[in-house]
This record gives sequence, structure tokens and C-alpha cells, in this order.
Amino acid sequence: MTLARHLAAAICVALVLAALSVRLGSYRDYQMAEVAAYVAAVAGLTVLIGLSGQISIGNGAFMAIGGYAAALLLQHLGWPLELVFAASAVAAALAGAIVGIAAARLRGPYLAGATLMLAVALPSVADQYAGVFGGDQGLPVTITTPAFLGPTFPPTRWLAWLTCATALIVLVLLANLGRSRIGRSWRAVRDDEVAAALAGLNVARLRVLAFVVSAGCAGFGGALLAVVTGIVAPGAYTLTLSIGLLTAAVLGGLGSLPGAVWGSLLLVLVPTYLTNVANSHGLSGAASSSVPIAAYGVVLIVVMLLFPAGIQGGLRRLFGPAAPAAAVPINALRRRRPASEHQEEGST
Amino acid sequence: MRRSHRLNLAAVAGIAVVAMVVAACGSGGSSSSSGSSSSALTASAPGITASTITIGSHQPLTGVAAPGYDEIAPAANAYFKYVNAHGGIFGRKIVYKYLNDQYDPTITSTVVRQLVLQDNVYAIFNGLGTPTHLAVVKYLNSSKVPDVFVASGCECWDNPSAYPDTFGWQLDYVREGKILGKYIEQHFKGKKVGYFFQNDEFGQDGVKGLDYEIPKSQVVARESYNPTVTNVAPQVTALKSAGAQVVVSFSVPAFTALLKLTSLKLSFNPQLVVSDVGSDPITLAGLLAAFAKNTKAGFGNSLTQGIITDGYLPSLGDTSSSWIQLLTKVHNQFIPKLPMDGNVAYGVAVGYTFVQAMLKAGRNPTRQDLINAINHGIPQGFSVAPYAYSSSDHNGITGAYMAVIKNGALSPTGPVQVTTTSPTGAITTYSATQPPAPASGIPSP
Repeated sequence: MTLARHLAAAICVALVLAALSVRLGSYRDYQMAEVAAYVAAVAGLTVLIGLSGQISIGNGAFMAIGGYAAALLLQHLGWPLELVFAASAVAAALAGAIVGIAAARLRGPYLAGATLMLAVALPSVADQYAGVFGGDQGLPVTITTPAFLGPTFPPTRWLAWLTCATALIVLVLLANLGRSRIGRSWRAVRDDEVAAALAGLNVARLRVLAFVVSAGCAGFGGALLAVVTGIVAPGAYTLTLSIGLLTAAVLGGLGSLPGAVWGSLLLVLVPTYLTNVANSHGLSGAASSSVPIAAYGVVLIVVMLLFPAGIQGGLRRLFGPAAPAAAVPINALRRRRPASEHQEEGST
Repeated sequence: MRRSHRLNLAAVAGIAVVAMVVAACGSGGSSSSSGSSSSALTASAPGITASTITIGSHQPLTGVAAPGYDEIAPAANAYFKYVNAHGGIFGRKIVYKYLNDQYDPTITSTVVRQLVLQDNVYAIFNGLGTPTHLAVVKYLNSSKVPDVFVASGCECWDNPSAYPDTFGWQLDYVREGKILGKYIEQHFKGKKVGYFFQNDEFGQDGVKGLDYEIPKSQVVARESYNPTVTNVAPQVTALKSAGAQVVVSFSVPAFTALLKLTSLKLSFNPQLVVSDVGSDPITLAGLLAAFAKNTKAGFGNSLTQGIITDGYLPSLGDTSSSWIQLLTKVHNQFIPKLPMDGNVAYGVAVGYTFVQAMLKAGRNPTRQDLINAINHGIPQGFSVAPYAYSSSDHNGITGAYMAVIKNGALSPTGPVQVTTTSPTGAITTYSATQPPAPASGIPSP
């Protein structure tokens, strides 16, 4: 039942996005593809933090694993894209399992520290084994627009379709997972580990599983981003990316999949928009390259001040808790959260 | 869930409005080219209107490669402003939009798509950096966007069959490596030579050229660095323990400075021979003073004293050169706040070459007209040696003179030498005198 509803919703969104990609210009299509790549990664992270209650500052590293896996598979084996994406996600998920097993023993800041180390250390592997990973210069990732679309089909539109479709599949899978027994168990573990263990849940296994899922999604995101930008290079997967993902998850609203979309939109569009504004006001090179970073910080602060529960949380508050039948079980679950996590109910 | 989809829809609808406005502002069309001198100016290609030519670039305005190189695009833009103030190109003004890629290939990939797809530029001009530009060269050629005068001497740009729309400009690193190598082979016979180079095609091409000229037995160490790792002590230690008496460096300015300072720290004092790319005396002196936190006047210059390098533009100290006079005029009028250094000279010189090419491309050029114009050859301009451009050769400047840094300025020590990129191509002295700069400062069509 839930699956059918999610699928129907995804198909509707897919149709709207397809129509949009035709109406919008090439650059908007390109940005749409970029956003979709981030959506996959941010959605995985928001599930990890929001549902299972663990934090990761290392998901950029999982994206790197996905991206490099995709580049190497395309370059050396020439696999079809769908297989490449799946294999990249599996590669990242395997890495996630290893990190998850270590992380299952850690809590709060210690967990953050461990995953932070991953984000800092992993990119330099590419420099260490430059023969395989291409060093700082990275590896090229080239895909061709399929022949059945015709020679005049814009490549960026194909990119947008490819990435949006993959991101939607990831979202549907995550949405179902969140409503399933596993999702409920995650929430139980997040809210009270002792109670969950007493209820017969295997806390450690659930926590590792959350890491695997989150890393797999990041792997998808990394592979998509590699295809979109046409390159994988260590410069793309620095700590900044990992923190960017975390920022997007928090801004969008932790645990909310639509929130992941909002967060990704901000992550991609705001810096580009600000750079354009800075350039069009004739600022000097150095100033116009620093202003967007500063303004981005201001945007983050403003959003967090206005919407402490993230954009999705803020929208829910603004537009009131209209209660369609589907929302009831979610509300029931929300009541079990600790009070600190939902200011929106305190203020209404 | 249902409500969230509605909200997504609202968001994408919002983007749609913005995008349509942007699309409406763009120009299109591809009417045919170059009419007679009296014909009306038309929007003959993407990025060209009746009154403007919009070109774009990716430049390191912040980050590890920014020191010095961040002056290049403003300097080129200064020359374009000079041309615009003197009537422009067939009456059109050049609009130069350069975006910061922080010398990071992934950002390059994004900003170049922004320039091509959103800003609808006519050409990508002087995109800076080997690793960065390699990330977009395929894309630009498959999109048929002219990719002219890349700010990198990588041999990769000379590939007319795979990259018909890409042209190098500066002396390529293989030629430069050969010229530096021959000098070392002749002047440091039997001395132990160590290599220090950036671990990508920039450094590797330079090493290729050096190896064509320096006997293998003489090279005792080959140490490379990654531009993201600023600790070069391991490499310098290796050079020192190998007993290198001469160190040849293919590095960006920041890493030349790090090499020098780290050597000093390890009391290692070999003769430095540095590629033109990493040896601008003013940039280096500033970096050395900043890294060593030493503000004493003349500190930087005292460390650059005696560095051997090469130059393919007239020496800045040669005030009798009509080119240096033109450079000074442009500098003083449009960018007086920037130092008068090698990077500014580079920017103005490459801007001059672009104007030469645009004038040859005709009154109402298509994108292909610009490619054809360069394929037919560009007359020698700012550079001391002629260009290699032809339909089968997309390299730029073909030679340079050897020089030594004295009191913070480049002092030529030999005649201009030209060569080819092949291992067997001879290095010969170029005896023709450089044609003087046009009095107007603007090339004749």
C-alpha cells in the first residue's frame, strides 16, 4: 500500500521533472542534475541522523568511493550505466559497513570525530596511488547520450533525466524503508536504546545497517556527481563536501526526505546565485570570490534562526498540520520523540 | 508525503520562472560569416551581438595557485578595456567574464558549464591550469565552443584531430624543458641534477623535455609534489641526500617559494633552474616574504637572486621595447594597483593575441571562423618567438631566451632559441628581430 503510494508520487514527480527539463534551458538542466546527485547523498545522511540518531561527518568520503568506483568501472570495464551506479552504491555501502561496525561502539562527538577522520584521510588515497586514481588531476568520466534519443537531444537534458530518475528511485526506497519495520526500529533505537534493546531489537545491528544504507546512498550520489561533472578528483571530496552534506540535511530538516531536496537545492543554487550577483556588481576578483562564501554563511544563519527544525519543519509549521489520512501514523511517531526535537509543537 | 510533493512542485516552478527569464536574455542564431567591411554587425554566433563579444574563463582567484596568477585575467581584461576604449573589434566591445575555480578541476567543470550554458559565451579564453583545463577540454570540443589560448603549456592542447577547437598559447612545457635542459647540459656538465615538479601533466611534460636534453646518468633525483600538500620537506630532503647540485623546478610560484624556503631550512643550497611558470621575480619575492613572515625590504629579492629561468615575453626591464611601452600604458591606465610583473605582462600579451585572432576571424564571425583564423596562423605579437599555429599544430609560442634573476628582475643571458616538441628537433637561435608594437596598441586586421 505504502509502496504503491510512494511509487505513484514518484512517477508524478518524474513526469513534472521531465516536462521541466524540456522547458528549462541547458544550464538549468545541468543544475537539476547536480541537485539530484546531492539529493541522493543528503537523503541517505538525513535518514542516518534523523531516523537512527547517528551522526556522520564522513559521507563525502563515501561519495568519493562511489564516484571513483563509477569512473574506474566506466573507464576499464565499460559497464552499462545502471550497473555502474548499482556497483558504485554497493562499493560505498561495503565501506559503510566497515565504518558502521566501528561506529556502532561510538556515540555523539566520538562518532563525529571518527567519521571526520574518514573525510579528511580518504581523498589523499587518490594522491598516494596516482597511477590508479589519477592523483590531483583525477579521472575523466564520460557518458554518451543514448542513440534512441536522436543526435540533437541536448546532453544536459539526458543528464538531468538520468540523475533525477536515480535520485527518485533512491527516495522511494528510503521512504519505504522509513515506513517499514526497520524504520520503526531505527526510531525506537534513536529515542531510547535501552528500551529498544529490552524490546528485543538488536541495537548494534540496526545502527550498522543505518550506516550501510546511508553510505550506499552517498555512493549513488557520488556516482551521479561524477557523471554530471565529467570528472572525479580528490578536490571535490574534501571535508567541505562532507560538511556541506550535513548542512543540507540540517537545513532541510533532519529525517525528512523532502527536506533533503530543499537542502540540496540550497547547496547548489545559493553559491552560484551569489557568485553571479557579486560578479554583476563589478566587484574585484578577490572580493567577488569571497562575498558568496560570506553570504552563504549568512543564509545558513538566517534559515536556522527562522526555521530551527529545518525548512521542511518550518513549512509544516507555517502551513499548519493539515491532517490527511496518510499523515496520522507519522504524527503518532512524532509524539514519541524527545521534547527537545520538536519546537514546532511547543509554539503552536 | 503528499504535501511535500506539492511543495517540491512550487520550488521547481520558481526555478522555472527564473530560468525562462535567463533564457529570454540569451542570444542565439548562427548566420553565416564575415561580410564586407560595410555590412551591418549581426549576432553571428552565440555570445556575439551587434555591440558585444562575450567570452569567459576559469581562473584561480583564490587558493594555492592564486598568488600571481590572479593578476592574469584582470590584466587581459585591462587590455580589452583599452581596445574597447579605442573602438573595440569592428565596433564591438569585448565583455570578459572570468570565474573562480580555485585551481580545483571539479569546480572548473561546473563554472565552465555555467559560462557556456548560462552565460552563452562565444569562446572560453585563456582558461588557467593544466589539471583544471583537462577537466573541460573534451566538453568544450564536443560542444564546439572555441577553447582558445589555454593558460598552460601542456602538450595536451596540441591535438587538432581530437581537440580541433583547442589552442595552446604560452611556450609549451616540452619546448621549455628542452631549452632549459640544453642550458643545463651545456653549463653544468657532469654536475648532479635533481628534478622537482608538479605531479601532473604540467610537471611531467616539463620533465619529458628536460630528459630529451640532459643525459640520464646526470639526473640523481626526481621528486614530485601535489599542489594540495604544502609540505615539501620530504622531497627537498630526498634532493639533498641525492647530492643534487642543480635543481630544476617545474612548479607554480607558491611551490617554487616553498622549495626555496625548505631548502634554506635544511641548509641545502643548489643552483635553482625554474620554469617560467614558477619564476616571476616579483610574485616570488612577495610569496617568500609572506611565507617566511619577513617584512624586511629586499628580503624576497635576496632569495631569488641568481635563479636561472627563461622568458618568452620581452624582459620588463627593457623599457626601450615598444611592447613594454604598450604594456606600461595599459597597466597605468587600467590596472595601476596591480604590480607591474610577469603575470600582468602575460595577461596583456594573451589578450593582444585574442584581439589579433578576432580581427582575422572577420566582421561577423561564427565560432568556426575564429578556429579557421587561428589555423591560418597568427603573426608574431608580444612574444619574442613566433607562434606555431597551423591546422596541424595547435601549440603557441615556439621559443624563449635564457635569463637570470638579478635584484628582483629578469635579466636575459642569451639569444632567443626556438625548437619543436619532438625529441630530435634541434634547438636553434632565432635571429629575426621582433616586429615592433603598432603605434595604436591595437593589431591591424
